Amino acid sequence: MWELLFRVLGKHTPNSRIYAKERLRLVLVHDRASISPYLMNRLKEDLLRVISDYMIIDEEGMEVHLDQDEQEVALVASIPVKKIRRDYMERGQTS
Amino acid sequence: MGETIVITSGKGGVGKTTTTANLGTALAFAGYKVVLVDTDIGLRNLDVVMGLENRIVYDIVDVTSGNCRLKQALIKDKRFNSLYLLPAAQTKDKTAVSPDEMEILCEELQDEFDYTLIDCPAGIEQGFYNAIAGADKAVVVTTPEVSAVRDADRIIGLLESADLRNPKLIINRIRPRMVKQGDMMDIEDIVDILAIDLLGVVPEDEKIIVSTNKGEPAVMDVISQAGEAYRRIAQRIRGEEVSLMNLDVSNSIMGKLKRLVGMR
Repeated sequence: MWELLFRVLGKHTPNSRIYAKERLRLVLVHDRASISPYLMNRLKEDLLRVISDYMIIDEEGMEVHLDQDEQEVALVASIPVKKIRRDYMERGQTS
Repeated sequence: MGETIVITSGKGGVGKTTTTANLGTALAFAGYKVVLVDTDIGLRNLDVVMGLENRIVYDIVDVTSGNCRLKQALIKDKRFNSLYLLPAAQTKDKTAVSPDEMEILCEELQDEFDYTLIDCPAGIEQGFYNAIAGADKAVVVTTPEVSAVRDADRIIGLLESADLRNPKLIINRIRPRMVKQGDMMDIEDIVDILAIDLLGVVPEDEKIIVSTNKGEPAVMDVISQAGEAYRRIAQRIRGEEVSLMNLDVSNSIMGKLKRLVGMR
């Protein structure tokens, strides 16, 4: 409706640049989120290595995936903890 | 040994072939030995953009399959005797050449030429992998449109996973007036999104159509704005520091008047 009116008045809806940029940002978030299983596995292994410095986790029950909705992509990790390391304080200082 | 640069984009019609032709011509004009390689097998076009379509005898597939020697297939440019074209085959398809064959071909060309510019086909199939196989640098061409920038992003990812790091960006067909009105993404928007180094910006220019009609690259036209932009990009490729072209919309009284009465 407004668009029609604008067109009649010889103007057009302003700032389509903003639309372009925002749509592009969203579409790229999704495009880039299609990570290969290989990369996902490497990410898992890296996470595992870092976390095991602090706690003992259940590797079998560990789950990492990307959650997508219209607005954003989130990395969701569910990592069952078996035990917290008692010596994590000293480990943190020495390493 | 020379440099091999592949000109890619992902999306078709954003100006890869025009860019290849113009940069090659500008580099040859500066005195370098340059060869342009058309890898768009089945849909060759670099020959017509260069105005050399009538001189083709052999093509890239003839070379890689051993039908002729490399020297026999190279076409010398009409205007510059340090500029050559290796045309694509028109009757075969993109699987007629393999990435390994391309690598060998590029090595051979590098011995002979200062710059080997490879015009990559659109898409991400084998033609793309052929084009990048022998390259040591990559240029990504895009236009200020959502579709073109999206495809450029994908191509950048593929280039990086093929170990062609730090590709450089050319933004083609920018319309300063639309940018000023807020109806086109500007240089900063696109560089921001793609996060790679900018090699140059080429304004939309009707002279490109005229120059393609004639088969004479726009860099040879001293008045063409796009030609000027390509000359600057060629200087940057040679390692010189050149400022971006001033693309400000003119604020002269005549300009304003013309716009007011809808003449431009």
